Amino acid sequence: MMVEIIDRGAATVVVPAGEVDLEHSPRLRRVLTELMLDHRTVVVDLGGVSYLDSSGIASLVEAYQLARGGAGRLTLANLSPPALRVLRLARLDQVFAIADTVDAALGSGS
Amino acid sequence: MNGPPLLDRRFAARPDRLRDIRSAVAEAAGRLGCADRIVQDVVLAVDEACQNIIRHAYRGLGGDIVVQLGGEPGRLVVRLIDFAPPVEPARIVPRALDDLRPGGLGTHFIRTVMDDVAFLPPPPGAGNLLQMVKWIGGAS
Repeated sequence: MMVEIIDRGAATVVVPAGEVDLEHSPRLRRVLTELMLDHRTVVVDLGGVSYLDSSGIASLVEAYQLARGGAGRLTLANLSPPALRVLRLARLDQVFAIADTVDAALGSGS
Repeated sequence: MNGPPLLDRRFAARPDRLRDIRSAVAEAAGRLGCADRIVQDVVLAVDEACQNIIRHAYRGLGGDIVVQLGGEPGRLVVRLIDFAPPVEPARIVPRALDDLRPGGLGTHFIRTVMDDVAFLPPPPGAGNLLQMVKWIGGAS
């Protein structure tokens, strides 16, 4: 799994690519936690995620909880079919802010 | 499991082996003629169950997992055998989904995507045997 971090001015776009599993999700967790604690507006572009498991979901939930606790703001965008499938299995597609595209997420100011 | 399994391999119970486990399971399920969605479901269930073995049965201390996959008429059968101390199946329960916290989703995923999940008596020398069954219709 690769994690690209793109500064888009007021927001940061995090782009994990490949398989987000138990081996690799700790890296995503560290990246997201650091950004949220820095009170960043974060968009996670999941378009390149070919596999997402419960540990990857846990990384996103941790970031979501930090956002709810007053840290940064979090939006998921451009969900790949495997990512959307697992989020739906966890019924988290109704919990996270989700945008069709990164630009839509940035434009919404979320 | 009728006849010899399509997959019968021993893996180290480590996170960096999960990718190989997923690949082996996908290949074996594909050979049974399963649809892509079924293959994806079985891969997810095996991955999550192996994570439970790594994290909870072996407690991160290492060990082996034997992954077996075979076909029976109308169903796909996966068996995971570990050599950890026996677990108490009643303690392995999915968390409520409205209890929003980072962990505990793996068991929910397993029970959602598979049709039957049960701990069976393990073979001699083993600690646990988890059997997961997926109905696959006409393919066998």
